[in-house]
Amino acid sequence: MSADVPTHLDGNAAAGALRELFAVDVTTAIARCAGCGRTGVFAEARLYADAPGLVARCPGCEDVLLRVVTTPSDTYFDLRGLTYLRLPNTP
Amino acid sequence: MERTALRRRLTWQTGTVTQVREETSTARTIVLDLPDWPGHLAGQHLDVRLTAPDGYRASRSYSIASAWTGEGVELTVEQVPDGEVSPYLVEVLKVGDPLEVRGPVGGWFVWRPEDTGPVQLIGGGSGVVPLMAMLRTHAHAASTTPVRLLYSVRRPASVIYRPDLKDLAASDDVDVTFVYTREAPPGEPRVGRIDAELLAAKAFGPADDPTTYVCGPTPFVEAVADLLVAAGHDPSKVRTERFGPTGGPR
Repeated sequence: MSADVPTHLDGNAAAGALRELFAVDVTTAIARCAGCGRTGVFAEARLYADAPGLVARCPGCEDVLLRVVTTPSDTYFDLRGLTYLRLPNTP
Repeated sequence: MERTALRRRLTWQTGTVTQVREETSTARTIVLDLPDWPGHLAGQHLDVRLTAPDGYRASRSYSIASAWTGEGVELTVEQVPDGEVSPYLVEVLKVGDPLEVRGPVGGWFVWRPEDTGPVQLIGGGSGVVPLMAMLRTHAHAASTTPVRLLYSVRRPASVIYRPDLKDLAASDDVDVTFVYTREAPPGEPRVGRIDAELLAAKAFGPADDPTTYVCGPTPFVEAVADLLVAAGHDPSKVRTERFGPTGGPR
C-alpha cells in the first residue's frame, strides 16, 4: 500500500472476523470506550487491518478498543478497551 | 431472513462461479451460486478466502453488488496492484470454479426498503459497489423513496455499471450524477473533486434530512463526510464505509 493512504478502515470491516466468534453482528452494537467514555456504533470505530491481526481504535481518543489475532491454532480476542458492548435482545 | 442471517454463527461455504462480466479494464463482476446463502441486505459484504496449495490462506472482504432476489450473489472486484486476492479474482477465476466465502456480514452500512426518507449515495471508484446493491434493492422493491447518487470516477472508462446506471437514472425516483476527477466525456466540462458547491447543487441538503451513505477509499470518505457535516448534515445520518488495500470491503 502507498504511504499516503491512511491505513484505517471502519469497524464494519471486522464484521466477518467478529461473526466467527459471536453469534450476533457486533458491528451494529453500541460500544463504550474504556479510555474516554465515548459511546457509539462499533462500525464507526477505526479499524487497522494490516497489523498482525485486527485492531479497532476509538474514533474519539484513538485508544485501542479491541484486538483480534488469529494464529493457526487459536484466536486471541482482547477487548479490554471496551467498557461494554450494548446489543438489542431481539435483532 | 434477516434474523436468521444475523443469528447464525458464521461459517465458510463454497460457492460456484456461474458468470463473470467485465465491468472496466480493471474490474469484473463475479456471479456466485451459493446454495446455503441466507440472503443479505443491501450494503452488506462477504469475505472471500483463497487457499494456496501449500496451505497459505488469504481472505478479503468485498461488498455485495446485487440485491437479494432469492438466487445468486454478485461481487464486483477491482484489481489492486500487487494485491494478494484481487488479481486471482479478476484475472484467473473462471465460470465453474469453486470459491470459498462467508457472509453476509456488516449490519451498519445497509439500506432497507422499509427505511423512509431520502437516500443520498456518494461513491468514489469501486465504492459504488454497495451503493449499486442499494439501487438494485430499491428497484427490486419498487420503492418510491427518492434516491440520488453522486459517483466520483477518474474518467468515463472507469465507470462501473454504466448501462445499469443509465437505466436506473431513467427512473423518476433515482437521480445519478457523475463527477469526473481526471477526464470528462465530451460535452461535460467539469473536471474536479466533489466539493461543497457540487454537494449543494446535486445532493440532498440538510433540510431534506437524508440518510447519506459514503463509500470509497479512506481519503475520499473522510473528505466527503467532512463536507457533509460542515454543510449542516447530522453526523449520525452520515454512514461511511472506507476501503483500503488490506482486509477492507472493496
